[in-house]
This record gives sequence, C-alpha cells and structure tokens, in this order.
Amino acid sequence: MDETVAEYIRRTVLKIPRDEIKTMLEKWGFLSETQLQTVNFHQIKENISLDVVQLCEENSADIKQAAVLDIIYNHIYPNKRVWSVYQMNKRGEEMEFFDLTDFKKKFKRRLRSALKNVTINFREYEDNAIWIRIAWGTPYTKPNQYKTSYAVYHSQTPYVFISASVLRSNLPLLCQALVVASNYHDIREMELRSHSLNSLKDIVFKRYSQNFQTYYPRPLQERNVALESADPRIVQESRNEKERIQRVNREVFGDGPQPKLEFAQYKLETMFKSDPKMDVLDKKEPFRCLVKFSSPHLLESLKSLAPAGMADAPLSPLLTCIPQKARNYFKIREKKGFFPGSFVSP
Amino acid sequence: HLATSLPLPSEMDHLRPRIDLIAFMIDIKSKYSLKNVEASLAHVDASFFLGKVCFLVTGVGRVNYCSVEMNAIWKLGEVYCSPVLFCELELEGIRVATAQRLLRMLQICAGHIPGVSALSFGSLMRNSADE
Repeated sequence: MDETVAEYIRRTVLKIPRDEIKTMLEKWGFLSETQLQTVNFHQIKENISLDVVQLCEENSADIKQAAVLDIIYNHIYPNKRVWSVYQMNKRGEEMEFFDLTDFKKKFKRRLRSALKNVTINFREYEDNAIWIRIAWGTPYTKPNQYKTSYAVYHSQTPYVFISASVLRSNLPLLCQALVVASNYHDIREMELRSHSLNSLKDIVFKRYSQNFQTYYPRPLQERNVALESADPRIVQESRNEKERIQRVNREVFGDGPQPKLEFAQYKLETMFKSDPKMDVLDKKEPFRCLVKFSSPHLLESLKSLAPAGMADAPLSPLLTCIPQKARNYFKIREKKGFFPGSFVSP
Repeated sequence: HLATSLPLPSEMDHLRPRIDLIAFMIDIKSKYSLKNVEASLAHVDASFFLGKVCFLVTGVGRVNYCSVEMNAIWKLGEVYCSPVLFCELELEGIRVATAQRLLRMLQICAGHIPGVSALSFGSLMRNSADE
C-alpha cells in the first residue's frame, strides 16, 4: 500500500471522534467484520488509527477507498466546512431524465480534459444527493488529498452546494464540469454561504417553516399564562405590547426552528447622510461601508431580539428577508425614490 | 408593576395603586434600552423627580459588552436629579442586595420611614455619589 495512502487514512481516522470510529468504518465497508473485531476501540485514537492502517495494508487499500472514507466523514460532519450555493440554468428546455452513469462519465471527462491530475470520487445518498469529492493536483504534481473540494448535487433540482477549499482557482473548472455533466446551460453563485449544509438546503428547498400572513388563532388564556410570571404580586403592564411583539415575530419568522446561518453581510454603497453644516464628504461620493452580523445562529438570535427587549418589532426587512430571498450577502445602493428594504442584486 | 416603556396603558388606570418609586432599568449592553428609557422619561410627571425616580443600570459585570457610555448615564442622573444604581442581575448576591436597596428606597418614598422624606433621601444619595 502506498505510503501516502496509509498516512491519509491514518489522519482521516484521527479526525473522527473516538466513539464514532467503529460505526464509520462499518459504513465504509472496506474492512470486514472479523477484521474490525480485532481492533480495540477503547484505546487512544493514535493507536486505533495505527491498527486500522495495518488492516488496510492487509487489504491493499488504494486512494479510491481512502477517498470514500473521507466522503463518509464529510457527509456525517459537513459543518466543519463552509458551503456556498450555486444555481444552474437551463435555456427553458424540459427537464430531461437524469442518468447517473452518464453524469459521472461526463463530469470526469470534462474535468480531466482540463486537468489530468485530479482524484474524483462519487457517492450517492438519499434524497437524490450526489456527493462529489475532488482532490486537486497541478499539471505537474499529483493530486493533493488534503486539498479537496466537495460538490453536493441534488439531481432533481438546479442546485449544487460547493465547499471549495483553498484552491479557489479551480472553481471555474469545477463549475464547468458540473454544467456539462448535468446538461445545464450555465451556473451562478448565489449570495448564500454557511457552515450548516442542511440549513442551506432548508433555505433553498423551502423546507423551513415560513411566515404566516394569516391570523394564527391561539386561546387567549393559554397565552396570558405564558406571559405572566408565577408570582401574582408582579403586574405586567405591557402585556399588550408583549403580545404584539410575539405575534409580529411569529408572522415574520414562523413557528419552527430557523435555518442555521453564521453571517449576514451588507455592503453599503450609499451616500453618507449627515448634517449639512458638518460639511463631510462634500464631494458627495458613496460612503463605502461593510456591515457584518455574526452569530452562532444568526436567525434565531434575530428572532429573539424583540422579545428580549433589544430591538423594535418588526425588524428591518433587510434582516428578515434572508431566508425568503435565499441570500445572506447583500449590496445596498442608492435608489431614486426611497423604497424601504430596497437593494440591488449584483 | 413591570412595564417595557411609558406611558402605561390607560385601560389599567383604575386598577393601579399609587406609584411611589419609578426605577428605570438600563441594560448597559443595549443602546436600545437607553433610548427607550430616555423616551419614557418624557412621560413622567415632574413631581416624581423629587426623589421618586432612580436609574438602575444592569449588566455591569460584563465589561466587554458595554454599549452604553458611562458619561451618558451620569448625565442622565444629573439632568433628572435622580440617583444611579449599578447591579449585575446574573449574580444572586448582588441581585438580592440591590433588591434590598430598592425596597429601602421604596419604603422612604412611600412615607413609611418617619423623619426621612423622598426628597431628603434623594439629595443624600446624590451628595454621596459626587464624592
């Protein structure tokens, strides 16, 4: 077995939390049940990884099998990577029947014609998700297995979720190969990025609970009990206001959990509005400014701002439109005749 | 009685007892809370500012998250001639001590302590803050 493959497998195993190693190796299916039983999964990870490599040696593992283990790891722990969303366009043709073998063949052919030194692996999952792992090399060097990109293509949709990696220069190649293989016409990057792959899917496939415009009846008594504290000596004077905030929040955010995003970024190219006496920027150029909101769970924290008494309800539509518009990166320019919440798509 | 802002809803007027002390809570982590308090102050009758108003600044334990400038708070206390108390609601000991202080002030403002009026107590607190 190749030294580099052995080392790669060893490092991949080390990434896995110790309690999950056995399950993941079983999913991998490369080592037999008998072989797995010879490994002590309670020893320190360093030793487990060495034992696993030894067994892989016996089975003469090559890079293809090692790559599959890497895909399995990333499929279970996708949140370690940052994912961007891409949308493909057809020129108004009918949706053709999707042929997986044809897709794989075309993808590999297109990518390899541009760059010979790549490792390409596929793995299909439920809900028509095709995971594609690409390890990039250069015209003169072998593929670097530690510099990988992942593309998750849902074949019944025009969407691809890509986690590029450091080598962004290979992104156009990857995009071309996807377009050609899936019989689409072109591909564009949406302004939507997050660590949580499932949340990106929720947003783009509209799987989150959306805001209700209709009145959502709930027994009044039930609500009052929720708002009043247990101590009858405390009188809530602002009960109506609190109810209004809850209602507005529910209308805007819906009832269910929000998709998980870590950032919202607003690039402002608007004119600086100041007191005319201050005489700032009399050249009247746009004031360039970047506003970035970050949070472990941005949408949930926005949802809790008004009930926590930290902001007015309703919030600015620039913040609340994020799931509906399926974007968390915005450019805001001046608009003639102010229209609240207006922004220009790039 | 807890309220998120003033004025209080008028439909509850007939159910409300006499108000002896108004404590305005400002979260030092939230500029919004300061703005809210400033807006609510406009709805308070002038007679309350003779010792029946105080400002309670919370969240002072988390120095890294201060959003409100101390100058703004001192100024508020000065302009409205009312004492400023500081506390950290997340620590039980401080919470209890602050509650006891407020209770003491309330007793004075309600006239339950003979010989001490709200006004005299208020000026006492202000003078000690200046030192």
